[in-house]
Amino acid sequence: MLEICCPFCGRRNESEFSYGGPAAMRRPERPEDLSAEDWVEYLTVPSNPLGPVLEHWWHARGCGAWITVRRDTGTHEIKPDSDDA
Amino acid sequence: MQRYSFFSLALNALSGHRNWRCAWRSPQLQKRYDVVVVGAGGHGLATAYYLARRHGITNVAVLERGWLGGGNVGRNTVTVRSNYLRDESLPFFTRSVKLFEGLTRELNFNLMHSNRSMIDVVQTYGKLRDLQRRQLIMDLYDSSYERISVEELRRRVPPLTGGGQGSRLPVLAAFAHRDASVNRHDAVAWGYARAADSLGVEIHENTKVTSISRDSSGKICGVETTRGSVRAGKVAIAVSGHTTTLTETVGLKLPLRTINLSAFVSEPVKPLIDVVVNCPDVGVYFSQSDKGELVIGGATDLGQSFRRDIKQTVFEDTVCALLELFPSFRNLKLLRQWGGHVDIAHDGSPIISKTEVPGLYVTAGWWGGYKAIPAGGEGFAHLVANDEPTRLIAPFGIDRFRNLDFIFESGTTTVR
Ligand SMILES: Cc1cc2nc3c(=O)[nH]c(=O)nc-3n(C[C@H](O)[C@H](O)[C@H](O)COP(=O)(O)OP(=O)(O)OC[C@H]3O[C@@H](n4cnc5c(N)ncnc54)[C@H](O)[C@@H]3O)c2cc1C
Ligand SMILES: [Zn+2]
Repeated sequence: MLEICCPFCGRRNESEFSYGGPAAMRRPERPEDLSAEDWVEYLTVPSNPLGPVLEHWWHARGCGAWITVRRDTGTHEIKPDSDDA
Repeated sequence: MQRYSFFSLALNALSGHRNWRCAWRSPQLQKRYDVVVVGAGGHGLATAYYLARRHGITNVAVLERGWLGGGNVGRNTVTVRSNYLRDESLPFFTRSVKLFEGLTRELNFNLMHSNRSMIDVVQTYGKLRDLQRRQLIMDLYDSSYERISVEELRRRVPPLTGGGQGSRLPVLAAFAHRDASVNRHDAVAWGYARAADSLGVEIHENTKVTSISRDSSGKICGVETTRGSVRAGKVAIAVSGHTTTLTETVGLKLPLRTINLSAFVSEPVKPLIDVVVNCPDVGVYFSQSDKGELVIGGATDLGQSFRRDIKQTVFEDTVCALLELFPSFRNLKLLRQWGGHVDIAHDGSPIISKTEVPGLYVTAGWWGGYKAIPAGGEGFAHLVANDEPTRLIAPFGIDRFRNLDFIFESGTTTVR
């Protein structure tokens, strides 16, 4: 079980959260300026490292906040995300 | 190859089983091969076998980072079935189911292949509509799917005593897929390995490929391994779960995510159930092994994961789902649990394809790919040998993403 740190509630069990998908990809500002290849890549290719990934989690059975978490796909270790706004 | 038969068994019994020959050799690693297959799992070994058997390409090395069959081929829940959704998927998977049926004989290795129906238990109307649609499509492709009543379901699956009228999700209906089967996973890996070896293929364990090499013209020229460089004009990747870590070494990006699937088994009990039971609305499925253990699987761990264990939350959710429908299983002791990491493509269908790098071939996206080992290996071998896909695997090329021609498949076993 992961322990996820919610900025409002502190460290809580994973069972209080719902997984919300990868967070690394930013939607391009002007998709119409992209080449077809870049657009398809944005749509279909996630980063898939054996190492840290950024992902969204929803504190559904807690305060309801959406948070961004940096988790290692090999060790499950969670580090605070510095880019988290 | 030393053929296995009743007589060889009897003969070897007389000498106390001390004279069996090794099922495959442990040769010296050469500097150069015609084809390097990366990964001695089901798909890698089957590919090597069909390269040698069907295409006469025998100067082949299968390089494996761990031990033969230690990956997902030895970690899955051995459900072979063809209840798929798409016009592209159904012919491919029915072919694989058919190949499995003749494989014991072809490989001269007892796969303990056992035909049994798979029964899908429906507890929501959304699922009912989904499976009715599946049935209409499967009817066109000679894959059986038949709606059965709740009474018939309870007769065929006696321990299913939950899901009654007053429950959270009453059982609404069920569908029976008659073409499903289970067999022995180690035997699939070992059978293909032994047959490939006897045709001249070399299998090298403890040989991790660390990167793929290209020559100055951009063509593939071999791989770097923990035991030095190996040259080859064609490199075929079959590393289930690790595909992107390897293809990224030549700058190739693929629409794959690596996820963890897990399973556990109970203590052995007397014969209880002779079908594979799948309960997609709560997220659990199981069958009973020849030893009597219940082999139980659940949903994937949702985030990306390269782990080979089971996560406590996934384990608990699966056990809760199981007990909701099968309350008597409360008394069962669970003996072992494990997991594996597999990759899944953006549309849920496999990728069996050439790549933009000349000489580099990929078979990936096998998150339910045990059933696909024979047809996947057959198709991939043809592609590697001829640079052209067979009709069955042609839809599964990487180009489909560029053209947004997704072949969307969803799991049949999971809720999440
Ligand atoms: C718990 C679980 C249950 C499942 N249940 C089913 C099921 O019921 N039905 C079904 O159809 N499918 C099922 N699957 C999926 C199925 O097991 C896989 O899709 C399939 O086995 C993958 O193909 P493979 O056999 O070639 O993979 P693997 O056996 O994983 O082979 C890949 C090999 O590549 C090796 N490798 C990785 N990286 C390198 C490297 N850098 N260099 C050299 N070698 C490398 C690995 O060590 C491994 O041996 C299940 C999977 C799991 C984990
Ligand atoms: Zn919170």
